[in-house]
Amino acid sequence: MSTAISQTAYNYKVVRQFAVMTVIWGVIGMGLGVFIASQLVWPELNFGLEWTSFGRLRPLHTNAVIFAFGGCALMATSFYVVQRTSQVRLISDSLAAFVFWGWQAVIVLAVITLPLGYTSTKEYAELEWPIDILLGIVWVAYAVVFFGTIVKRKTKHIYVGNWFFGAFILVTALLHIVNSAAVPVSLFKSYSAYSGATDAMIQWWYGHNAVGFFLTTGFLGMMYYFVPKQAERPIYSYRLSIVHFWALITLYIWAGPHHLHYTALPDWAQSLGMAMSIILLAPSWGGMINGMMSLSGAWHKLRTDPILRFLVVSLAFYGMSTFEGPMMAIKTVNALSHYTDWTIGHVHAGALGWVAMISIGALYHMLPKVYGREQMHSIALINVHFWLATIGTVLYIASMWVNGITQGLMWRAVNEDGTLTYSFVEALEASHPGYVVRMIGGAFFATGMLFMAYNTFRTVRAAKPAEYDAAAQIPVGVAH
Amino acid sequence: MDIGTIRGIGTAVVFIAFVGVVLWAYSSKRKSNFDEAANLPFADDPKPKARDEQSSRSNNQ
Repeated sequence: MSTAISQTAYNYKVVRQFAVMTVIWGVIGMGLGVFIASQLVWPELNFGLEWTSFGRLRPLHTNAVIFAFGGCALMATSFYVVQRTSQVRLISDSLAAFVFWGWQAVIVLAVITLPLGYTSTKEYAELEWPIDILLGIVWVAYAVVFFGTIVKRKTKHIYVGNWFFGAFILVTALLHIVNSAAVPVSLFKSYSAYSGATDAMIQWWYGHNAVGFFLTTGFLGMMYYFVPKQAERPIYSYRLSIVHFWALITLYIWAGPHHLHYTALPDWAQSLGMAMSIILLAPSWGGMINGMMSLSGAWHKLRTDPILRFLVVSLAFYGMSTFEGPMMAIKTVNALSHYTDWTIGHVHAGALGWVAMISIGALYHMLPKVYGREQMHSIALINVHFWLATIGTVLYIASMWVNGITQGLMWRAVNEDGTLTYSFVEALEASHPGYVVRMIGGAFFATGMLFMAYNTFRTVRAAKPAEYDAAAQIPVGVAH
Repeated sequence: MDIGTIRGIGTAVVFIAFVGVVLWAYSSKRKSNFDEAANLPFADDPKPKARDEQSSRSNNQ
């Protein structure tokens, strides 16, 4: 594409690439999730092989859904939103292409190394040091493309969605670099630069802010663009969105210690983490209410628009899991919930209900736009996907609540003479029905993704290059 | 200065910053700016139509 054209058109190519890979990695990552959920129902599915054992496939599942599916969704939407709300093309096509191929390379390396057992053992940061370095370089390139585009924007304001995307990019870089600091002993093995309780604190400062800045702030950036766009009315309160932004990023960074209640971490740090986690409810709900209220006067659209349903239900799950989180961060509640399936249920209320559903809604809105189509191939299939996703999420989290509370109560039960009432295996046996329901819920969700893949395939196949080049033109004369 | 005083000052600074952000965001001087910014997602609609955050909301109350 010549430079003359490139100044008057958005770079939708990289958006299309990331969007399609979001769907593909979604199918793979969630399919893997269903497989390891089945392993917990039928342990024989480990096949007696080290490469397919739960311990190796579980980090592959988390990396695939968080960084491959979630990461591609964030990169697709952030590049789309920053261009459209800045009325300008991305600052560099080649750097954007590097971000795409570099990110895919990181994911492929994860797919190869994790089943082989190469791991730093840090949760959600398992990749070994050479991959960490590649990831760091790709991330810096991503930041350059994003912020460079904001710098050369044609609009007066930086839209609030871009503030959220920007905070997500900056803080994720900070978290990744600090937590991945390690001493390599060979090409495939390194040891953390920190030790003991400090290492644990840094790991969960990283771990919780991966939730806070990767899985929340980034997707809130998505929410602030796609909810108003799909509802065809501006955000309920732009002022509230500013207070929401500053309050959220100020508080989130302190919440990590709630992952380390009743451990060797100093008591004051545990209490600080608990207090900050509880206060976090306020900005979380502020944002949720801001998104929901944007539909005031447009609620009737929910009757006919399954894309809007995805977006609104994702906000409902966001509100639910950001209420559950602060509650679980209270030390006395945590004494019951920690190390049980309740935690896994909580994570998936956020991951399936919020992160995946807002991404799916955003993609259904964006895919036709970047392929120059009026709408997705089949609206009916979007509706089928919506119900599969919603029912799947509810089955998943309800079964994990039951399991978590059962396990917590059985583990803490003591006889009169002080001995434990139940052995671990008895609690495991009691969890079996819950594991079956969880597997079914996950299968519902993953099946929905298959429908999405088919719908995307049909939409993409019908698209013509001339159409999507035309769709990428920046409208003239509407810039502020 | 003992650690308790430093923590107290820290709390006060964050509180003042929060009040500052709220006052800044809700000041009536910035209303038109924010209405403009809130409409950025619609800036490249094929049929540009000025939308006012306040009116689009209050008309439907």
